Amino acid sequence: MEKKLAGILTRYRENEGNLISILQDIEHEFGFLREDAINWVSEQLDIPPAKFFGIATFYAQFHLKPKGKNVITACCGTACHVKGSERLINSLVKELNIPDGDDTSEDLKYTVEKVNCVGACSIAPVIIVNKTVHGKVTPDKLKKEMKNLKEEKHEYTDYI
Amino acid sequence: MNKDVSIKVCMGTGGIAAGGVGVIASFEKAFASANIRATVEKNCSVHKVGCRGFCARDVLVDVIVDGAKSTYEYIKPDMVERIVSEHIVGGSPVGDWLVKDDYHTFHDKQVKVVLSDCGEVDPEDIDSYISRGGYEAAKKVLETMSPQETIDVITASGLRGRGGAGFPTGTKWNMAIKAPGPKKYLICNADEGDPGAFMDRSVVEGNPHAVIEGMLIGAYAIAAPYGYVYIRAEYPLAVERLHLAIKQAKERGFLGKNILGKGFDFNIKVKLGAGAFVCGEETALIASIEGKRGQPRAKPPFPVQKGLWGYPTIINNVETLANVPYIMRKGAAWYAAMGTEKSKGTKVFALTGKILNSGLIEVPMGIPLREVIYDIGGGIEGGKKLKAVQTGGPSGGCIPASIVDTTLDYESLGKVGSIMGSGGMVVLDETDCMVNVAKYFLQFTQSESCGKCVPCRIGTKRLLEILTRITEGKGREGDLDLLETLSSDVKTSSLCGLGQSAPNPVLSTIKYYRDEYEAHIFEKRCPAGVCKDLLSYGILEEFCKGCTACTRVCPAGAIIGEKKKPHKIIQDICIKCGACFETCKFKAIKKG
Repeated sequence: MEKKLAGILTRYRENEGNLISILQDIEHEFGFLREDAINWVSEQLDIPPAKFFGIATFYAQFHLKPKGKNVITACCGTACHVKGSERLINSLVKELNIPDGDDTSEDLKYTVEKVNCVGACSIAPVIIVNKTVHGKVTPDKLKKEMKNLKEEKHEYTDYI
Repeated sequence: MNKDVSIKVCMGTGGIAAGGVGVIASFEKAFASANIRATVEKNCSVHKVGCRGFCARDVLVDVIVDGAKSTYEYIKPDMVERIVSEHIVGGSPVGDWLVKDDYHTFHDKQVKVVLSDCGEVDPEDIDSYISRGGYEAAKKVLETMSPQETIDVITASGLRGRGGAGFPTGTKWNMAIKAPGPKKYLICNADEGDPGAFMDRSVVEGNPHAVIEGMLIGAYAIAAPYGYVYIRAEYPLAVERLHLAIKQAKERGFLGKNILGKGFDFNIKVKLGAGAFVCGEETALIASIEGKRGQPRAKPPFPVQKGLWGYPTIINNVETLANVPYIMRKGAAWYAAMGTEKSKGTKVFALTGKILNSGLIEVPMGIPLREVIYDIGGGIEGGKKLKAVQTGGPSGGCIPASIVDTTLDYESLGKVGSIMGSGGMVVLDETDCMVNVAKYFLQFTQSESCGKCVPCRIGTKRLLEILTRITEGKGREGDLDLLETLSSDVKTSSLCGLGQSAPNPVLSTIKYYRDEYEAHIFEKRCPAGVCKDLLSYGILEEFCKGCTACTRVCPAGAIIGEKKKPHKIIQDICIKCGACFETCKFKAIKKG
């Protein structure tokens, strides 16, 4: 861990980065903001950890808990909202056994994230399954996709 | 036969979601096969282009054979083979798959400036942009014009900030050029946070070099050696293409030191937003670039006096900057000839919601909303009735169907209680509940409020609570007055634009749909049939055929009944999701 973090710090010093870019790098490296990682960086830079957590809790992009293996992002933009995204989210939460008030299943297999808008409103409602954008999603289409996901038939693509 | 064949495939986010990658691969595969190469020889090229606007018809493909262009819609990879053999080899386009008349009506009333090269140029190839006149404006400006002359052209064009507020760009730049000090910053605001808007994403994805050229011209005009693009991390494709474009521009000497040999230095850095709507506000954006919590501060001092790291800073929106190269190329008079007296030029809108032809459009300022909805948009989906058009996102308001002849310019939209905003335009039909829409936006602003000032932090929370209880059937007498008073308090006393505009969706829906609010409060009824707590579903026995379709879709198992006999909904178990209502072919489910 320390080796990876040292690399992040070097990049930060070379590129006149800031605390947000350090946190973005940590999140990218470990999938979430590990408390021990933040404490280590804070000690190295002599900046109180509270400063880091202040930023981490302010921005929606940061996670203080690990995310699931599969990340399903549901768009909650206006166009998606009027086209029934709420119902899709409810069925995702139910189908993937996401506990109340949480976004990740207990077995760390699935995370259901809500985002404000992915900017693909003309194909609303939009669900992103592991970086693949699905447009004009219907409850039926979603069910099939979840079935594929559970049976691990899902194709991992990296276009978006 | 030696044909010149060029294929253009839409590869915006919409195009990719619809399968654009597969379509490109199929064309490449087809062209690589020996017998096609023998017939059409070498002049075949497949290009990915940015958003062409009509995302509802993706994947859109242009096939250009010896200069003759045909456009296909809804193309899937398995359709490519037939297009290649019949059209490219055989010479006759596949008639069934070509775009229909409505594709042309979608485009007829549009005037494209910012989007003129979007969907035509390959966003990942600088030469493609240069071949259409790209960077000519930058050369003209740097080689023949002084900074003040440049600003004068922008002032004369009447260009106003496209981020929403509509501040004259020329005036802003004039303030910056007068600001003292050698160190100045130009920031491109690509933190497009409004839900229901994707203009900036499409421009950066479709034509990133226009944004860079606009920034270069702006930076030269205000003598700023440093530029930043603050862009949402939720737009990975746009970020990737922007990075690539900056790299290419550097290689060609349009960025870096001593640009075009004129002794002017300019560099652009990309900063990723971390997901906070408030960072679209200038001072919050600056705090975020500095690596802090994105909280706004009181103005003055304005960023142009004291901005990033304390230096004079200008912040312009993506669309504003993307207009600049075209204005410099074609002249201020050409630009000012479009639009109305006070709102010049064109505006890009993201036309979405319950509209038939949803997509990205660019229209001259001052066009009546009716023409946008019915001519360009092709009317309402599913033959339903138009109820309202929401513009300006969470800071905007609703324009009811009764005043659909309102024209689209800063002044007229302000007069009817909405705003131009950044260009989100969400069409609502008769099945949308306006109280629910207001609640949706308040949920958004409440959770995005940064928490620094009390009126916004607590005011939006209280507004949301009142709206929530109204939609749950617990509305009280006096709630409407309370909403109005509280809204006006939040508007007048909040620190930044977020709080000052957050009550707009509430005020404009109360103004035009007071009866709908009253139905919720006094009759405990949601006229549009949206608010769950005010709804119940039942089965009309006389219409029910006992087909069991509803039992199968009910996620709660709340519907019972034998085959071929009328079914029943158990109210205690029903979660009011509406699945049965949508499934029933016999209209046997009643909602009310």
